[in-house]
Amino acid sequence: MSIKGIKRWAAAGALFFWSFAAWAEYKLNLQTPHTLLGEKIYDLHSIITAICFVVFVGVFGFMFYAVFKHRKSVGHKAAQFHENTAVEVAWTLIPFVILIAMAVPATGTLITMRDTSEPDLTIKATGYQWKWGYDYLKGEGEGISFYSTLSTPRAQIEGSDVAGRNANPNYLLETDNHVVVPVGKKIRILTTAADVIHAWYVPALAVKQDAIPGFIRDTWFKAEKAGIYRGQCAELCGKDHGFMPIVVEVMEPAQYTAWVATQQVKVAAAKVDPNKTWALDELKAHGEKVYAQNCVACHQATGMGVPGAFPALAGSKVVNGPKADQIKLLLNGKQATAMAAFKHLSDADLAGVITFTRNNWSNKTGDAVAPAEIKAARN
Amino acid sequence: MDAAHAHTHDHGHDDHGHKPSGIMRWVKSTNHKDIGTMYLWFSFTMFMVGGVMAMIIRAELFQPGLQIVRPDFFNSMTTYHGLIMVFGAIMPAFVGFANWLIPMQIGAPDMAFPRMNNLSFWLLPPAAMLLIAAQFMPGGGAGVGWTMYAPLSTQAGPAMDLTIFAVHILGISSIMGSINIITTILNMRAPGMSLMKMPLFCWTWLITAYLLVAVMPVLAGAVTMTLTDRHFGTHFFNAAGGGDPVLYQHIFWFFGHPEVYIIAIPAFGVVSQVIPAFSRKPLFGYASMVYATASIAILSFMVWAHHMYTAGMPVEAQLYFMYATALIAVPTGVKVFNWVATMWKGSLTFETPMLFSLGFLFLFTLGGFTGLVLSITPVDVQLHDTYYVVAHFHYVMVAGALFSAFAGIYFWLPKWTGRMYNETLGKWHFWLSLIFFNVTFFVQHFLGLAGMPRRIPDYALQFAEFNAISSIGAFGFGLSQLLFLYIVIKCITSGDKAPDKPWEGADSLEWTHLPTPAPWHSFETPPVIK
Repeated sequence: MSIKGIKRWAAAGALFFWSFAAWAEYKLNLQTPHTLLGEKIYDLHSIITAICFVVFVGVFGFMFYAVFKHRKSVGHKAAQFHENTAVEVAWTLIPFVILIAMAVPATGTLITMRDTSEPDLTIKATGYQWKWGYDYLKGEGEGISFYSTLSTPRAQIEGSDVAGRNANPNYLLETDNHVVVPVGKKIRILTTAADVIHAWYVPALAVKQDAIPGFIRDTWFKAEKAGIYRGQCAELCGKDHGFMPIVVEVMEPAQYTAWVATQQVKVAAAKVDPNKTWALDELKAHGEKVYAQNCVACHQATGMGVPGAFPALAGSKVVNGPKADQIKLLLNGKQATAMAAFKHLSDADLAGVITFTRNNWSNKTGDAVAPAEIKAARN
Repeated sequence: MDAAHAHTHDHGHDDHGHKPSGIMRWVKSTNHKDIGTMYLWFSFTMFMVGGVMAMIIRAELFQPGLQIVRPDFFNSMTTYHGLIMVFGAIMPAFVGFANWLIPMQIGAPDMAFPRMNNLSFWLLPPAAMLLIAAQFMPGGGAGVGWTMYAPLSTQAGPAMDLTIFAVHILGISSIMGSINIITTILNMRAPGMSLMKMPLFCWTWLITAYLLVAVMPVLAGAVTMTLTDRHFGTHFFNAAGGGDPVLYQHIFWFFGHPEVYIIAIPAFGVVSQVIPAFSRKPLFGYASMVYATASIAILSFMVWAHHMYTAGMPVEAQLYFMYATALIAVPTGVKVFNWVATMWKGSLTFETPMLFSLGFLFLFTLGGFTGLVLSITPVDVQLHDTYYVVAHFHYVMVAGALFSAFAGIYFWLPKWTGRMYNETLGKWHFWLSLIFFNVTFFVQHFLGLAGMPRRIPDYALQFAEFNAISSIGAFGFGLSQLLFLYIVIKCITSGDKAPDKPWEGADSLEWTHLPTPAPWHSFETPPVIK
């Protein structure tokens, strides 16, 4: 090939790859990875897509050549060959070799991806319909525990605040509590769920792992850069599947330590004396908050539920019936319905929410359910 | 005795020649052509119903925010769009082709079990009615996805029971249809029509029918376990009772992956008839096509867990499923190469069936390549349950199976109706479908790469532009299919009379040995195959 030819090819190649880079700004590719593993996956995807592209162009080059040159309208007469063993063998073996070439880097990346050993910090992510719960199990911050719920206002979602939606860069990708982790540390995420299958998915950190009720799965990431990374539940989990995002905030180690300290203060402050006696109004007020976090998605703020799908609590036989039955229902859930077990809530939370439902809307039982009653019912 | 026998025979023969009229011709039909016609019209009706659901989905996704439907209704739409398109539209369409064509292509008078054939068809409308009735149950349709994963399916409302029952009925219908096809092909070929002389379409259906018989009972098992978990206190999929939700996925995908090929393989068969006809050249590598199809079918049983890379399994299992899945690219590649080689040095013309076949070839291969990308586990973990997967399987299902069905309809419509369709309108239908299909689905690759999960009714703002484009494409694609209905009706009612062999290069028995339109009974005496 002449020098001129080489130059022309190089220019064409540069243009080709430049066009890829330009596309990236328009979100035509995977999100920019912020972990080393993510970069490996990104490159693996690029290589495989490029190989496919080359083969595709080659094969359809032949096809379009035939389409234009071997057409009847240009007077092409049909040849009658219809077999060639050598060609058949070649186009069986060549793809096989290409596949092996793809499998080598894929195998390495997969083995790295699945190595969750020796983490610096282990966090359990529990999927609920429809929010995430996090428990810091091991490492700096051990004992921190919180729920993380979508914080985008309903008005933006349902259309009464379109201007607010359009001005919100994190629409549907924002939560009240972020999962905070230190930069440069190996974070192991254990996933599980309380009701149905969910999936914990943060694209920029290259993690996606199903959260399966009754089982524990794990995955890991090590963020290279501080920042906020956003993802969503990836497995269909019912009505509000699209509304349970994941926000991971990666902090510098010193900042992280400070965050852990503030959280631990919060945990201590929130710790309720188990022997405390609650007044009915106190329980009801506490229960209202619990209701807003756990129950409102199905049973609605009006307590009317959604006819046919989620039963009303206002006027409900269970809520207005014996306390023990309602306590049992909340602790164990109801099989084959969307009513999950809520035994992961504290005695005070359950006592509060039961008291709230029994004394709100049209329900006027006048009962106060003490945390001690929940504790007794657990055993 | 002899006379009596002759008398009965004559009588019977007279009955065959007399075509019953009115609705009872269809209700009681045992004629493979009439039953084929009913399958095809049923399939088109379901295609419209599933299509309306797709339009609702795309209308909601046109803009961010919830505008048109509630999230639970949206979930129900994605669920029944999938179920209706797979079980109601695509599968019956190819069974319709099988009924019309297999007896004619192998020189048989009808299917082996004509009465069972009638029942296979007439089970479909009740199943379809159950799927539609599910929308009107208390709580609405079951928003569980067409995969019906437990435990979401065990907590769904009564619509789920109707859906399970519908799947049972559809499964029975498919199994009976498959037994009929296998028996017909193995026992009723004309003398001299050896297996390796059959048109490739018959081969693909023989292989597909075996796949159906093997996996439909597995699906029936999975949904029955869901049913007993829901109502009879079993805990197959309930961890609290010692069960395992992931077990459902293993069972479902053991059916689900062969199902992909149950849809794709007859499509390969149609294209393998059309491309040689319009290339005026025999199919290249007939034997290797048969072996490649059989290899794909066998491999399809060994790769199911590539749908479950994020469900959690040992790394060794993930490696195995990755390698086995990538291996499917080899026989699939052989088929694509053979089709291109068939065209090579042919004498090509581009009537509508050929255009749809080329559209199939080009876009199905693209869908195959994205499938190869998805087979690579670490990449799949990024793309699983995103719009990339949605784009991938619509390239295979719509541009693959549906385009091939269109190719087949345009190809055989003259033989079936005795009239030609309007070629200009057919080409319009092709180009509109091709363009709008790509507008709808190509951009979904980008959505998936950027991280948009599937089955969500609302999305973050950075996905807005591509979703708007995709919705516009979907509306265009939907409207283009009304043109198809118009073309078919116009062909039946007022098309030009078709010659016995309108396609110069067509060479199977229905073209070479039968008049146009094909008589109600064909090959009462078998043809002689040299």
